[in-house]
Amino acid sequence: MSSATPVDVDEADLLARLRAGEESAFEQVVRTYGGRLLAVTRRIMGSDEDARDVVQDAFLNAFKSLNRFEGNAKLSTWLHRIAVNAALMKLRTRKRKPEQSIDTLLPAYLDDGHHEERFQSWEEPVDKAMERAETRELVRKHIDELPEGYRTVLVLRDIEGLDTEETAKMLGLTVNATKIRLHRARQALRTLLAPHFRSVPS
Amino acid sequence: MKCRELAEFLIDYVSGELPEETRVHFELHLTRCRNCHAYLIQYESTVKAGRIACGEHSDELPADVPEDLVKAVLAARKLI
Repeated sequence: MSSATPVDVDEADLLARLRAGEESAFEQVVRTYGGRLLAVTRRIMGSDEDARDVVQDAFLNAFKSLNRFEGNAKLSTWLHRIAVNAALMKLRTRKRKPEQSIDTLLPAYLDDGHHEERFQSWEEPVDKAMERAETRELVRKHIDELPEGYRTVLVLRDIEGLDTEETAKMLGLTVNATKIRLHRARQALRTLLAPHFRSVPS
Repeated sequence: MKCRELAEFLIDYVSGELPEETRVHFELHLTRCRNCHAYLIQYESTVKAGRIACGEHSDELPADVPEDLVKAVLAARKLI
């Protein structure tokens, strides 16, 4: 069975069936929203296996708290938020790896404060480059390579679209630390992307 | 303003949060420094690339949710 995209779903009807305890409604929810939740949790966790565990936990949490779901939010948004929270919770509880340094991916400066590197404009506008599936895949691969503490901030801020305060709260960081991490994560990702964007095959 | 300082202000500049006085110095530096100008464009392009690659309409979404995950969730739900 192929999964319907969330826009095809009559959420009010689905919610009513969930609350009535219809087995087919639970299955429909998992099939409809599971893919998107797997993608976002995989990005946060950095592993397919962890993402599956998190998505399973997230669905169960959601099903347990259906009575707390307020009709003014979208079901998809609510599930998404539960999954992101479940992923962050799992990150906090799993054995901490020593934090990888990001320094080698940050710009270097000369003593006089100038950049060491000479930057050139990328040869192709980013919108155009991102029309290619292999470029999109490459960008995702490099996001996955960022050290965890930076990747999670980048995912929450730039991809999930949370604001700095929300992100800071979810990660237990100060607002300032969150901004510094986001800035470094973007700079590091730029360094990783630059060799691919500079010369584009025609 | 030196290139090093400009790089620290980039995040506030692109989000429109740089105080007016600093922004004037920032933009003045940009008009004189092609290197920082190119870096700014690359920084903004990086943010955009991430959004497009992983955004809502991303092509990474699996067409089908793995069957064993569907089964596991439905089985576990019955135990709630």
